[in-house]
Amino acid sequence: MSGAREIVSKIRSVKNTRKVTKALEMVSASKIKKSQELMSASRPYARMIKQVIGHLSAATPEYTHPFTVTRDEIKSVGYVVVSTDRGLCGGLNTNLFRMVLADMSTQIEAGASIKVVTIGRKASQYFRNISGIEVVAHTANIGEKPQIADLIGVMKTVFDAYHNGELDRLQLAYNDFINTMAQQALVSQLLPLPEAEDSDQLLQHWDYIYEPEARELLDEVLTRYVESLVYQAVLENLASEHAARMVAMKSASDNASDLIDDLNLAYNKARQAAITQEISEIVGGAAAV
Amino acid sequence: MNTIKCDIVSAEKSIYSGEATMVFATGQMGELGIAPRHAPLLTKLAPGQVRLQQADGEELDFYVSGGLLEVQPHLVTVLADTAERAEDLDEAAAIHAKEEAERALADRAGEHDIAEAQAQLVQAQAQLQALARLRKKISR
Repeated sequence: MSGAREIVSKIRSVKNTRKVTKALEMVSASKIKKSQELMSASRPYARMIKQVIGHLSAATPEYTHPFTVTRDEIKSVGYVVVSTDRGLCGGLNTNLFRMVLADMSTQIEAGASIKVVTIGRKASQYFRNISGIEVVAHTANIGEKPQIADLIGVMKTVFDAYHNGELDRLQLAYNDFINTMAQQALVSQLLPLPEAEDSDQLLQHWDYIYEPEARELLDEVLTRYVESLVYQAVLENLASEHAARMVAMKSASDNASDLIDDLNLAYNKARQAAITQEISEIVGGAAAV
Repeated sequence: MNTIKCDIVSAEKSIYSGEATMVFATGQMGELGIAPRHAPLLTKLAPGQVRLQQADGEELDFYVSGGLLEVQPHLVTVLADTAERAEDLDEAAAIHAKEEAERALADRAGEHDIAEAQAQLVQAQAQLQALARLRKKISR
């Protein structure tokens, strides 16, 4: 019966694992909803600030902010990589990092040096081990409710570097939340800001009174705007993390169930074999007597 | 009575949305009182209160730590900062972020990270199990 007993303890341990994965699955499912709410709550700000930028740049056509100028020579490219703090979320981070590396290698081939700013522990663990890449700033433990305040430090670092000419271009990498089943790793250009397409709509008949000057306001607003873009990327990534974890944990639970079924079958067979053997021993013994 | 629509939003959430008869805010260039049909205005806000006077005479207070105020004739939008922003505070945060990066880099030599340790644990367990199985076979 020893084989059967071993199988029983194996079944018990797999059942315990399934309990954990099931719990993680349900926790993630409820967190997806919360992070989606955060995403939609952050949209009005981004929309309004974009409108304001449209007005401001229409009001100051002669002034071009450094954020909107594409530099002729790209000597150094910065990456803001948004990742998760924790694992157990399938290939979410790996897919993103692979995409970032591919993008980086095209930049390196073009002769640019690479600087990285990491948000989330996984990104820093990954990029610190890669030679030729300098991690200049890092933040982690942002938690379930990210705030702009969590990002000020890293963003200030890259803005300073951009103004000083240490960075000529800035890329943003994160996982875009499409729906619960699909997340898309994205690497997009953050700075210089891509040209707005709907600029002709902004030619309106009236204009604002600006206090102080429009230029000064534009400086401040553009910084806020880029920060809000990164903030939204963090939220998208958070929702993606929970969705990916839910899917990964669901398949882990399903696998555990399959394993339990198989083990149950093996247990029944072992038990049956033991009984059959006992009977045949008894019968054999009786015949010998 | 005439009212003006007022939205207060921060990067994180929409803080308030509703009608007011008068909006008071602390602009960087001075106190502002905005009545309905105010001329379009765009200004920076200093840290302070944003006060809304409602039609029933009640007042609502919000604290903003800076931000932007946009006025259109029938709409006031406050793009509020939730975090304290000042050059030196931002600088301190930036230094902190740099230190974090250095610390993460230094960790590589020192302690192992958890994922690595877990992988090693799993390997060790598998080896132990294999040994135990071998021992059982021999003793049989």
